[in-house]
Amino acid sequence: MRFGIAVFPGTWSDRDCAHAVELDGHQAVMLWHKDRDLQGVDCVILPGGFSYGDYLRTGAVARFAPLMESVQEFAAGGGLVWGICNGFQILCEAHLLPGALVRNASLQFRCEPSWLRVETPDTPWTASLRSGQVLQIPVSHGEGRYVADEATLDLLEESRRVALRYVAPDGSPVGDASPNGSLRDIAGIVSEGRNVLGMMPHPERACEPLLGSADGMELVRSVAASLARQASFA
Amino acid sequence: MIWAAEVAVTLKPVVNDPQGLVVRDGLRQLGFSQVRSARVGKVIALELEADSEAGAREAVVQMCEKLLRNPVIEDYHVESITPEPSAVGAG
Repeated sequence: MRFGIAVFPGTWSDRDCAHAVELDGHQAVMLWHKDRDLQGVDCVILPGGFSYGDYLRTGAVARFAPLMESVQEFAAGGGLVWGICNGFQILCEAHLLPGALVRNASLQFRCEPSWLRVETPDTPWTASLRSGQVLQIPVSHGEGRYVADEATLDLLEESRRVALRYVAPDGSPVGDASPNGSLRDIAGIVSEGRNVLGMMPHPERACEPLLGSADGMELVRSVAASLARQASFA
Repeated sequence: MIWAAEVAVTLKPVVNDPQGLVVRDGLRQLGFSQVRSARVGKVIALELEADSEAGAREAVVQMCEKLLRNPVIEDYHVESITPEPSAVGAG
């Protein structure tokens, strides 16, 4: 598979994402923010970092990059878009996902392991996983507290669009150990069409045992398998 | 003509503002025990061209709607729009 990886000024996780997809035997194609050509990639990753210095609001400026126009079209056509950390913030600002990510309740930048419960296998990223499975994937952010109004939160729950939720290592509710105070402990959500995933934790930083966890690769392998299935039906 | 505009962008009342809580507690720590609450926002100062104050206000409102505030979490208020004397006649 070909994974496109967006590079904005201030992106910092692009090389790590490339490394992670290459580990699983895929091709990483760097996509410069000033370009519009997605070069025929199968999935676009919006990686973590501080695009445009987080000026105004996190992700607010990246939304205007020429590349994002192509990403919007790609997503509208059902293309898979995977926003990680700052990428999730960009997807919310671009209205590809509902809600917003605000300052952590602790006011601290948290860079630490987090545990995520897979809430539904009904997304390309979790199709190969089982509901209730717990993944250890680190967070690294100062503004990752997911907020949305109650109606939006209810809609996300009812339509099973909460893909990943922060939990304790044993899968029980995270309580006060939440890294950011996200409403309903939401760590990752998908779009209505289920082809856009935004998540705050960094799967690319959990891609081999040397890093303390290889659980992030489960998401890479799942989305690659979903793409392969799509291709075989096409 | 050139107008100076100031826009205040604040978190909606329903959005928890941990920064504001820290400011409130800090003020109380300094002896300002009368402080009931504090919320932290930002002020954006603009200089813009428009034919009239109404035109300037209309443009600033559009800017707020399109970029300056995130409607999910923030409110905005146009604090002031005044003619910019120093900029009159400037290129």
